[in-house]
Amino acid sequence: MADSSVERDGLHGVAPDRDAHITPGRRRRRAADSMVPEPEFQSYYGRPILHQPTWKALDIAGYFFFGGLAGASSTLAVAASATGHPALARPLRYGAAGAITVSAAALVHDLGRPGRFYNMLRVLKPSSPMSVGSWILAAYGPAAIGAALPLPAPLGAPLSVAAAALGPAVATYTAVLVSDTAVPAWHEGYCEMPFLFAGSAAAAASGLGLVTTPVSGAGPARRLGVIGATAELAVGRVMRRRMGMVGEVYEQGRAGRLVKAAEALSLAGIGLAVAGRRSRAASAAAGVCWLAGSALTRFGVFEAGVQSAADPKYVVEPQRAGK
Amino acid sequence: MIPVGHDPAGQAGWDDHPPRMGFFTDTSVCIGCKACEVACKEWNDVPSDGLNFSGMSFDNSWGLGADTRCHVAFIEQPRGEREDGIRWLMSSDVCKHCTEAACLDVCPTGALFRTEYGTVVVQQDVCNGCGYCVPACPFGVIDQRKDDGRVWKCTLCYDRLQVGQEPACAKACPTNSIQFGVLDELRPRAQARVAALQAAGETEAHLYGDSPDDGVGGAGAFFLLLDQPEVYGLPPDPVVTTRALGSMWKRAAVAAVGLIGAAVASSIGGRHG
Repeated sequence: MADSSVERDGLHGVAPDRDAHITPGRRRRRAADSMVPEPEFQSYYGRPILHQPTWKALDIAGYFFFGGLAGASSTLAVAASATGHPALARPLRYGAAGAITVSAAALVHDLGRPGRFYNMLRVLKPSSPMSVGSWILAAYGPAAIGAALPLPAPLGAPLSVAAAALGPAVATYTAVLVSDTAVPAWHEGYCEMPFLFAGSAAAAASGLGLVTTPVSGAGPARRLGVIGATAELAVGRVMRRRMGMVGEVYEQGRAGRLVKAAEALSLAGIGLAVAGRRSRAASAAAGVCWLAGSALTRFGVFEAGVQSAADPKYVVEPQRAGK
Repeated sequence: MIPVGHDPAGQAGWDDHPPRMGFFTDTSVCIGCKACEVACKEWNDVPSDGLNFSGMSFDNSWGLGADTRCHVAFIEQPRGEREDGIRWLMSSDVCKHCTEAACLDVCPTGALFRTEYGTVVVQQDVCNGCGYCVPACPFGVIDQRKDDGRVWKCTLCYDRLQVGQEPACAKACPTNSIQFGVLDELRPRAQARVAALQAAGETEAHLYGDSPDDGVGGAGAFFLLLDQPEVYGLPPDPVVTTRALGSMWKRAAVAAVGLIGAAVASSIGGRHG
């Protein structure tokens, strides 16, 4: 549906390019008086071919970020606990329980019919990443929350291990979820997206660890954060380059600003974490950078998808080139 | 992910099912009367999609959406060789009812299902409005109705098919541009029509969505077009996204194991850090 209207003082909100030649392109000659450069591809009045995702950025990019934060936190918590870092493990367990609650709430909030959220568990469909993910969440959520409760060890320990094992699945299935769409900037990145999301999740969980844990006990978080943030930076770049012309949306407009800010934050986090490893303040600042960088990475991916779906050229040109 | 082949209804578990039904839309005889749009609205009780002026020739419904399940495209092309200097293309568009339907694959609730006619329909009492099908559709067909929250699209008039009636748009079409029938019978008819048009000098006439070998396994609603698909707002060579899903899951599994490995390695390395 469109938002145009005819008022007394003229037209409002009319379609873009309505005065342009209807089907400019390879075979048509350009109007002599046109100041607009001829697009190289043809389209229906410049209208998008794909529908815009109906997902709200705050809900869905937020759900990716908090899911990643939760999943990686559960894994790091158990690894830290097993290697004698209890001061790091404790806040990560609480963080995972809180983050997965926020993540699930964001997902339900985004539904067109939130009251029917339980229909997600009506079937198990391997062909639907959201169905598989719902079941992963249904198993992981209670485990992560149970791991954060003051339960007796015979009950708490298996829950922690279950959460640690399922956590990485929570952190990476969302990459499959976005890639399994027709949206060019999401689908074309399917080879790298799981690694980008895993790195981003590791950086976020490590960031939480550095913010909440004194320097002496935060070693695992510092090291995992450097690995995660480096992976986030490197994989993101590889993904965008391999995508070809579609990759340019990650450098343009809102998506471009988000990605740039995310990269700067991840990089700053690495610098602060390494240089300030004896300073509580510098370590906490590194943690904040990694958390923010991870969140902005997800918002950047989300926004790039939206931008690529809005412009028919990202659908037409790759499909033409592949023919 | 799920191979559906050439008998989607049978693959979906219908044992004794009618032949696959579909549309052959011959845009060369479309006169842009919009009877199909009106008939679809009336029969399916589709709400208003707004009274808008688009400036896009005679098209004021903009494209397919939750409240525009049948859409007629109007394309005006300056053509010097013609007497009137213009070529006017019109085309009635609906859901393609793909053999390999991405919307159906990704739907997490099972609200979208394959009917016994091989078509794809949303069960409105099940849909929870997750919106996953919307960016999954490579044709930009299915969409969410904002004030309702659920997704809607062409059902190929499932209710009419069940009582032996043809879909409302085809019934209303005065030029037989929208031809409803058994898909296996429509395809040779369409090929004959293309051959006739080409012989008459319409060298650009071609079929779109008719081949079971294309990226969606062939469409249940296919078209005879007189220009490139993108001119009509159709993707030139769409591929169902779920064809790559196995590879995506494998990569996600490797990434997940990598995350565990990195967490363990970070914790073991330098216990005093």
